[in-house]
Amino acid sequence: MRIELEKRAKVSTLFSILSPFIAFLLTIVFGGIMFALLGKNPVMALYSFFVEPLSEVWSLHELAIKAAPLILIAVGLSVCFRSNNWNIGAEGQFIMGAIAGSILPVVFYDWQSPLVLPLMMLMGMLGGALFAAIPAFLKAHMNTNEILTSLMLVYVAQLFLDWLVRGPWRNPGGMNFPETRTFAVDAILPEMIASGRTHWGFAFAIIAAVLVWFMMRYTLKGFEISVLGQSERAGRFAGFSSRRMIWFSMLLSGAFAGLAGISEVSGAIQQLRPVISPGYGFTAIIVAFLGRLNPLGIVAAGLVLALTYLGGEAAQLSIGVSEKVTRVFQGLLLFFVLSCDTLIHYRIKLIFDRLTATTSEGSR
Amino acid sequence: MPVEGVAANGHLLAVSNLTKLFGSFAACNGINLQIERGEIHALLGENGAGKSTLVKMLFGVLAPTAGEILWQGQSVRIANPAAARKLGIGMVFQHFSLFEALTVAENIALSMDANISLAKVAEEASRLSHAYGLPLDPKAHVADLSVGERQRIEIVRALLQNPRLIILDEPTSVLTPQEADRLFETLYKLKAEGRSVLYISHRLEEVQRICDRATVLRHGKVTGACDPKAETPSSLARMMVGSDVAAVTAEGTNAKGQVQLEARHLTVPARTPFAVSLKNICLKVHAGEVLAIAGVAGNGQGELFDALSGEYPVADDNAVQIRQRPVGTRNINARRLMGAGFVPEERHGHAAVSALPLSDNLVLARSRSDAKAFLGGGFLKVIRRDAVTSATKRISEAMDVRKSGEDPPAGSLSGGNLQKFIVGRELDRQPSVLVVNQPTWGVDAGAASRIRQALVDLAKAGSAVLVISQDLDEIFEVATEIAVISDGRLSDPYPAQELSREKIGLLMGGMYGKTEGTEAAHAH
Repeated sequence: MRIELEKRAKVSTLFSILSPFIAFLLTIVFGGIMFALLGKNPVMALYSFFVEPLSEVWSLHELAIKAAPLILIAVGLSVCFRSNNWNIGAEGQFIMGAIAGSILPVVFYDWQSPLVLPLMMLMGMLGGALFAAIPAFLKAHMNTNEILTSLMLVYVAQLFLDWLVRGPWRNPGGMNFPETRTFAVDAILPEMIASGRTHWGFAFAIIAAVLVWFMMRYTLKGFEISVLGQSERAGRFAGFSSRRMIWFSMLLSGAFAGLAGISEVSGAIQQLRPVISPGYGFTAIIVAFLGRLNPLGIVAAGLVLALTYLGGEAAQLSIGVSEKVTRVFQGLLLFFVLSCDTLIHYRIKLIFDRLTATTSEGSR
Repeated sequence: MPVEGVAANGHLLAVSNLTKLFGSFAACNGINLQIERGEIHALLGENGAGKSTLVKMLFGVLAPTAGEILWQGQSVRIANPAAARKLGIGMVFQHFSLFEALTVAENIALSMDANISLAKVAEEASRLSHAYGLPLDPKAHVADLSVGERQRIEIVRALLQNPRLIILDEPTSVLTPQEADRLFETLYKLKAEGRSVLYISHRLEEVQRICDRATVLRHGKVTGACDPKAETPSSLARMMVGSDVAAVTAEGTNAKGQVQLEARHLTVPARTPFAVSLKNICLKVHAGEVLAIAGVAGNGQGELFDALSGEYPVADDNAVQIRQRPVGTRNINARRLMGAGFVPEERHGHAAVSALPLSDNLVLARSRSDAKAFLGGGFLKVIRRDAVTSATKRISEAMDVRKSGEDPPAGSLSGGNLQKFIVGRELDRQPSVLVVNQPTWGVDAGAASRIRQALVDLAKAGSAVLVISQDLDEIFEVATEIAVISDGRLSDPYPAQELSREKIGLLMGGMYGKTEGTEAAHAH
């Protein structure tokens, strides 16, 4: 017996839309089973994981804070993935953006001006983009695999940050803790709404999502991205350059990841530390796919994945499971999203081998 | 090697009511077919008629949804190709499955039992290949062999299993006329031994020449069973297409104008190890002229198209000239802006993106040349959907593109309808230069004749048309001048009336400077 995937004649529009929801439902069911196996009451556990964080105003603000970098990075990644460029190193670009953006408040901390904040944001974008330019250059001109190079550069960025905050950028008045000096008021991204901590990073994410959505939906550039993603040869026939597209998509997603990085540091952490991201750059890959590589879908998906971060923290406190549960849920979610998408395009067929039957019939 | 005695009564193979469904689509719908011992049986049909599906079921690649296969009068279920071979069915696919880095003998050994020594395989293969007039060197590496020789490996491989029925899928589509003649000799030999051949083709002339009986498929159903020798090409075509195929008229295209497209000593190194380098190609296409470039696949046609279209610009700006201006280093859109249009060979993933709707595939070729009509919003370059949609509609009507729905994905159209759209997309611009690579490759007869007529009409209206084709019938239908490409070299052009098929066949084999006497000797 073997299992075959047979392409469906027609893809159901209804299930294409429902797919992320079904994936989410399955994640909850299997998450419940996992909690039960851990000896917890699954209903209570799921409640504290998924519902409790939504019940108070302050935690909704936390949700927005966590969703902002996820959405911003995932929107950039969606352009990459649509054009068939597999930037897996957004985590590194996020960190390098944060470092580049922090030059002003850490090194030139004396300079107080309303210009500081916009400059920090620009430098953050530049830092992320330049770091993404490395795998872009290697792919466009040396034909290397960007999945490997961008991924490996993540560790370079992480260790570079670690070295900076322990070495040259360590706060002189910080009791030898591996941290930079805290940012001055001029260098802090302000809160958006009076009721809580949500900073302007969330607005950046929404604006970026809407702009990219418009680009993909209406403009020739968006058309170019999807053509080159589906067939490089057809793109060449159209006069589009896949090499330029490597640069465009990598620099764009790098800049978005960099902006997310500096926004996170400036708005939420307000200094540099050895670790500034709980894996936003990697989780954003799940967000991008859960949102079907559609910027508006990504906004919703970003909120869902942000909830898994909050839920992990909440579950650790209230029912005493490891916060690694977050990773399990994210993994389950990605698995079910991809499975649902596969089953929308293909049907599973069990083939029972009839070889023995044939020989007996043939020699009858 | 005569076939051992089998009961002489009854059919060798009979198929009754065989059906294959893909989802709700019936690729084969209640097929009935009988193959006798010692006959060459043709399976005729357009692309998508269900020929491939049918033979895949006979060879155990696909499982039938319904119906019965009778082998020597007994009902059998063929689960996989190994079971088919065991019964005595051999198959030579259109696309070969050979390892280029291995030798002929090694490739053959791969399909045999593991316990037979390589030397024995080589000896047996060499004996068989000579017995059937298929000369092969067992020690040669496949990479060094021509397509015709590679096909011989596949045939010998099938013959080693001592089959009673051999299925050949479009065997001559890759052969020169001379190679095809040699293949036919082999088929006659097989027939004389009492073996049967199921011969799949859409070349009517061949079928009439070598086949004893023919079964014609259309839309997955049998539309005729006949003796092809008693039919005329047009009556066979009618069974295939279902209606009379309009004859293309090429008269009155001889008024030559200025040179519109020119290649001057175009030399291009091979881009990949498997590509062909172009060597000193010179050609001129005048306004009002159709220059056809004949040749067997893989002799530089694709590379020539890439260089002329500007998908891969060349180093020497003067090597390619459009409307007497050098464009060698310019890209495809710059050339389009000068009035050129291009139709590549491969429809899916080159001329069109299968998953995108037709309107997007219109933008694909014309975003730059029709920027004024199709783009708005200044630097944002917003695609103007209304303009694109109405142009798509105009093209579909002009070329009679049959489609389901207003703007379906390109991949949902049949090959012929998509090709009509792709050609129509260029014609709609009234290009002064049109370069087409394999204009009707894999296209049904009705669409092919429509496309060819459109090419002839375009030239009549004063454009320069360059057609690269492997199909000699097509070339003689549309061309005013004919040149032949072989191993990246282009022959001198000849007026179409002066060139015989034999002469083209010789040119295809790379024989340029031979005397008339040699040609006559090679012609048969």
